[in-house]
Amino acid sequence: MTAVSTPVLAAVAQALVLVALLAAVHAPLGAYMARVYSSPRHLRAERLWYRVVRVDPDAEQRWTTYLMSLLGFSLVSVLVLYGMLRLQQHLPWNLGFTGFDPAGAWNTAVSFTTNTNWQWYSGEAAAGHLVQMAGLAVQNFVSASVGMAAAIALVRGFARSGTDARIGNFWSDLTRGVTRILLPLSLVAAVLLMAGGVIQNLDPHTALTTVEGATQQSLGGPVASQEAIKELGTNGGGFFNANSGHPLENPTPFTNLVEIFLLLLVPFTLPRTFGILVGDKRQGWAVLGVTAGLFTASLALTTWAEMAGPGAAPQAAGAAMEGKETRFGLAGSALFAVATTATSTGAVNASHDSLTAPGGGLVLFNMLLGEVAPGGVGAGLYGMLVLAVVAVFIAGLMVGRTPEYLGKKIGRREMTLVALYVLTTPALVLVGTAAAVVARPGLAGLQESGPHGLSEVLYAYASAANNNGSAFGGLTSGTPFYEVTQGIAMLAGRFVPIALVLALAGCLARQAVVPATSGTLPTHRPLFAGLLATVAIIVVGLTFIPVLSLGPVVESLS
Amino acid sequence: MASTTVASDLATLTRHTLAGLRMLLVFTLLLGLAYPLAMTAVGQVAFPWQASGSLVRSDGSHTTDRSEAVGSTLVAQAFEGAQYFHPRPSAAGDGYDTLASAASNLGPLNPDLVAAIEERKDAVAELEGVDPADVPADAVTSSGSGLDPQISPEYAAIQVARVARERGLPVADVEAAVEAHTAGRDLGVLGEPRVDVLELNLALDDAH
Repeated sequence: MTAVSTPVLAAVAQALVLVALLAAVHAPLGAYMARVYSSPRHLRAERLWYRVVRVDPDAEQRWTTYLMSLLGFSLVSVLVLYGMLRLQQHLPWNLGFTGFDPAGAWNTAVSFTTNTNWQWYSGEAAAGHLVQMAGLAVQNFVSASVGMAAAIALVRGFARSGTDARIGNFWSDLTRGVTRILLPLSLVAAVLLMAGGVIQNLDPHTALTTVEGATQQSLGGPVASQEAIKELGTNGGGFFNANSGHPLENPTPFTNLVEIFLLLLVPFTLPRTFGILVGDKRQGWAVLGVTAGLFTASLALTTWAEMAGPGAAPQAAGAAMEGKETRFGLAGSALFAVATTATSTGAVNASHDSLTAPGGGLVLFNMLLGEVAPGGVGAGLYGMLVLAVVAVFIAGLMVGRTPEYLGKKIGRREMTLVALYVLTTPALVLVGTAAAVVARPGLAGLQESGPHGLSEVLYAYASAANNNGSAFGGLTSGTPFYEVTQGIAMLAGRFVPIALVLALAGCLARQAVVPATSGTLPTHRPLFAGLLATVAIIVVGLTFIPVLSLGPVVESLS
Repeated sequence: MASTTVASDLATLTRHTLAGLRMLLVFTLLLGLAYPLAMTAVGQVAFPWQASGSLVRSDGSHTTDRSEAVGSTLVAQAFEGAQYFHPRPSAAGDGYDTLASAASNLGPLNPDLVAAIEERKDAVAELEGVDPADVPADAVTSSGSGLDPQISPEYAAIQVARVARERGLPVADVEAAVEAHTAGRDLGVLGEPRVDVLELNLALDDAH
């Protein structure tokens, strides 16, 4: 009898393979992305691109102009996608599906434009190939690139000094994020996924006769190309309803690892890019250390919860296999669940509603943390940098000095923006949840009553406001009440923080650099990393402990 | 003053929105058409069987033609005959409905789920003639997709005696077929060991 069982050893080894792969690409990809966003040279194809689109990629924009470009682009993204969804029956490759109703189209258009990918519909029963490819997958690319652009703009705010609040050019950042980072990586990833068995064709869904003579629909679709960017851009919108639990989206443990690697790749690498761009790689290490620490703790606890399998149903069955696929098992499902909620992906390879009570609480906590460990592409980095400002501010209060971060003074204006940022998503989550549990159409959507019902609603608004998009599947969200209110939560949860981040970037870019003195708090040491992790947990803890107590905590104790 | 600022802000936003529209149209051509169509071409040339859905004929051989296929090795289908290995329970539509992939989404304390698990456990134990305590978890729980094509080696093991009896085969022959269609963890550490139900059943049909 060995002390540690084979499944536990395999679970640890599987996580270590993932860590090794991420570590191997960390430095080269981080440096490459830093060059992408700082090089003054355009590729020849990009110059042609800018001429066709008629934008000037070299005009340095003030933060207000940068924000206008970003909002203008996102506005047309919502409108065009809304139009495509409404008019689906008139588009080619619609597989006979009709247009979405107004509330549903609004929800989906906002959902994909905000990098959330909340889905109230089932892909295989509602969305044709053209809507998937040219509508949803396009937003998978560009919404990810928008998030990266906002993060890079904030980093430039720290790195630059004495400008009149100029933080780069949105059109250039948006384009390069797609053409130099997301598209090349997606090409490679799609080929790997196809080799593993993910389908890629333009066939409709047609019937075949099974061995026992029944009829089953054989599914078609350009799935691998969409699956690649779905994970890489931390989007998460499944081609099929079962998302990455569907065997045609995620057929083997190998493709499962590829998908988890893809969704962690950019979020875990951007801290390196940040370190390079601010001229001090140690600052990147500190941010990476905090995110990696929080992620590891969450993964260890969730894996333990799923493998231990507490709760009446897992105990009756012998293991927490309800809602999980055989090929992934407990560990492969826990790893995916943590990776998808710690980033803002929201893809799922198992039913989160059927996770054990502590497991479900932990993945909910990942989202409530504001998705900073490591968070969505771009969104995770700017979220963590905002928390770093809070941390230096608190440290400044303790020693009675004006706080500084990366040579920039954190004054009243900066702190106001940061405080508003920190308050935005919790306000959306708590107000949304409160409204849903007092309104009759909100309560009508619940599958379960009592604490698990509250968890379902809290999870839904946490997922929407944090732009995650995963669901405790039990909630029936395809009703006008949830479609409209979640749409508002997704929209505000995306663009209010981005506007505050760009305003902060503008403030910082205007400042002169304060030289470091012996009294300056070093922000690359373990002491600061510990403070930053503590701040992240305390901020979310103080905000959400009451509602978490009534939901997952009560459930875990019962 | 204020109204002119608002007007000029609106004009600026309109200008940016129009630039955004042109940008989005070009992105749609590149990312929404060129990229997926190019990948489809690559898939059909380099991985035609996988890209078409890993379809098999009734003798277990690979095909890309749906009209001669009896299923996909990646997608569960119902097997109710006693001579067949049975897949996991399915919450996809009325069971194994590929147009309604889904999990049950029932919570870990849900009394209906607990009751369903107990019921399935008794049914499986009776069918296979084993003690309810020996029925593995995957046999009594519905999967994440409702289309899980595989079962655990433990669930396959308790079905061997029944399948051998129904087919009039030596138990060792059926055990060997299970063994041949069991995959270990990918690269030794990824995922879990598993048995593909359709491949196994077709192999038994084809050989006997």
